[in-house]
Amino acid sequence: MNRLFAVLLCLSTIPTHASDWRQFRGLQGTGVSDETQLPTTLDAKKNLAWKIALPGRGLSSPIIVGDRVFVTCSSGANQDRLHVICFNAADGSKRWERQFWATGRTTCHEKISVAAPTSASDGERIFALFSSNDLFCLDLDGNLLWLRGLMRDYPNASNGLGLASSPVVVDGVLVTQIETDSEAFVAGIDVATGLNRWKIERPKKANWTSPLLVRGANGKMVVALQASTGITAIDPSTGVELWKYTEGASTVPSSAVRGDTLYVPSNGITALQTSSDGPPFKQLWRANHLRPATASPIVVEDRILTLNDAGVLNCGDTVEGKRLWQLRLKGPFSATPLAAGHFLYLVNEKGLAQVVDLSKPEGEITGELDLGEPIIGTPSIGGGGIYFRSDAHLWKIQKS
Amino acid sequence: MFNRRIISKWVPFILTAAVMSSECSLRAAAGVAESIQAIRAVGLEGKGQTEAAQAMRILTTGGPTNIPAILMAMGAGNDLAANWLRSAVETIAQRELTNGGRLPLLELGQFVLETSNPPRARRLAFELITRADPSTADRLLNGMVNDPSTELRRDAVQKIIRQADTSLAESNKIGATLIFQQLLTLARDVDQVDAIAKNLRTLGQTVDLPWTLGFLTQWKVVGPFDSTGGKGFAAVYKPEEILDLSAEYDGKSGKVRWQTLATTDEDGSASMNKPFTALKGAAAFAYTEFYADHAQTAELRLGSKNAFKVWLNGKFLFGQDEYHRNKAIDQYRMTGQFQSGRNIILVKVCQNEQTEDWASEWDFQLRVCDSLGTPLRSATIAQVGVPPISVGKP
Repeated sequence: MNRLFAVLLCLSTIPTHASDWRQFRGLQGTGVSDETQLPTTLDAKKNLAWKIALPGRGLSSPIIVGDRVFVTCSSGANQDRLHVICFNAADGSKRWERQFWATGRTTCHEKISVAAPTSASDGERIFALFSSNDLFCLDLDGNLLWLRGLMRDYPNASNGLGLASSPVVVDGVLVTQIETDSEAFVAGIDVATGLNRWKIERPKKANWTSPLLVRGANGKMVVALQASTGITAIDPSTGVELWKYTEGASTVPSSAVRGDTLYVPSNGITALQTSSDGPPFKQLWRANHLRPATASPIVVEDRILTLNDAGVLNCGDTVEGKRLWQLRLKGPFSATPLAAGHFLYLVNEKGLAQVVDLSKPEGEITGELDLGEPIIGTPSIGGGGIYFRSDAHLWKIQKS
Repeated sequence: MFNRRIISKWVPFILTAAVMSSECSLRAAAGVAESIQAIRAVGLEGKGQTEAAQAMRILTTGGPTNIPAILMAMGAGNDLAANWLRSAVETIAQRELTNGGRLPLLELGQFVLETSNPPRARRLAFELITRADPSTADRLLNGMVNDPSTELRRDAVQKIIRQADTSLAESNKIGATLIFQQLLTLARDVDQVDAIAKNLRTLGQTVDLPWTLGFLTQWKVVGPFDSTGGKGFAAVYKPEEILDLSAEYDGKSGKVRWQTLATTDEDGSASMNKPFTALKGAAAFAYTEFYADHAQTAELRLGSKNAFKVWLNGKFLFGQDEYHRNKAIDQYRMTGQFQSGRNIILVKVCQNEQTEDWASEWDFQLRVCDSLGTPLRSATIAQVGVPPISVGKP
């Protein structure tokens, strides 16, 4: 009885919303939304719910918790003013904004900005990480709960091109992957206190991929860390290594996940399925023809989709990696595509949003909308809308 | 009579209430001071976070009268604490304005005008004024072109740049030239200096950009040493042990000696390609002297796309083992203690073995500045003849 009460209490204190999009590529990091009411043909007059100005640059995805949208930006001569902003999802009005001074280095490639990593949330708190390795934890009302200056803690953890790995939160731990040529580590930070629960050293090599949650043996979630050396699966509560795939992986696009299978940008795409019997994982297949460029792959039901340098969308099956079709889109793309139902949502670097119907035999473009500004960041889906952000604006697109 | 009776009856209560109120105020003030102290004690790896979070709740439940005390506490040189305190101010201000209240604009304005107050706190106070009264804030900027706050100075300079642009557009070239020449001495942000220099050159004026930004351009260099496999960053070469400009060393492919390198590059880059060619797997050292007219804390600001280490007067300051990711002016800011008179600056720069065209350069740019970015200039430079100096271990 007491245990039941404790569970109920626990559930009642952590707000959960089916349409939340709490981290890079959504709640589970799949990039796939349950939304069923998104527009599939895009029209600025019909589908633009609102568009608001942002106070600084950024390519982090907006995250959505309940009726609130959270965005990070950086501004100033040296991009050293850091912004965390909360908007009302309904009308784009600002609820609150907090600004901070960067305590770490802010040098970036011109295409990147200091607000590159996507924030994460556990439903009660927002964890906003920047390329300067400044990490802020605020409650949903903007009250600062704790902060870290991770470049102060670990002074060589910087990359002259900027950092972009987005943290994930699991079981009360924020997993933060910060890997550079000069210093590389992953820290498991207690969400309540901001203190390290654990910290592990990593290969010293620049890496922009994000940690990913995947269902491991016995259904327990493990964190997959991607790097040039391959994939390392760790227990998020301890940082202890569980298994390792050592045949290399990209340091730009992150893996896709569906259930217990990872689709790793490694020698094209390599599908790895975690297992509770025998070896901790097995390789299902490898497909060089599905090699992704900058954008991360996505798995939609039984299909895997990747974008190459030429802006061609490759569709393969998830059973053996066989190519099903190719569709030339208007690229180039940096943003990772998202999906809802059998539609794929993409935006190219020029700000042209495109919708592809995956149910058609060879895919079919059903909608385009020119947002008119360069867009590098991955959009988000939640509360019946799609959110795009540029260096200057945040848009909400929804069904008319 | 009635009043006297009432008063005599209530006096003890009034006095007690007054004392209690006074005690409450004192207790509240003590609470604010203790809370600020707790926040200022935050340190690396989350040290003091729990106490800071509790202190934050106390500070933010107080009214806007707490703001000046919080602002004043931002000047202790603890950047982490400054962010906590900034957030406390923003939280209080937002609540006050949301509830229809007002901020203490006069006190905030006076805080801004007192230039000995912490620069970033003054900037925050200015931003609060801007929210409430943008017109006054804009006028205040007129007196801030020489301000010790980088951000306030930047906005003030930018305002005059716009005016000079207008003069140019109106073909008042002499007026624009004079304004830009004045601005060149006032601007501290590199992008503003670049923009002003570009305008002056368009107007037919000569601008010595490396001098304006204060790059160190006169060096003694020695190399190349073998850094195959990237070993050079961690390796300890002879110049790192004893600095002797008359010494001869075993280099990557033979004996090497110190030689002069004077850079005239627009961005102050001291290129190792010139003396040592586009060599791969190599390391070199650059030495210079900086004469300070008094002992002071100053920043060495370095940009490099190569791995590097920096020593000041034999003390290791910082190093980064990274190649060909990016290079930018002031990319790395290192604080060092300069002594009165001669100071020795030693830079190790390493080149890796990448074969791409864009990875062929190995260089660095270095300037000495105050915390505002004002270039500090060496009184003179001695090129040779220093006695051997011990160099500190990283």
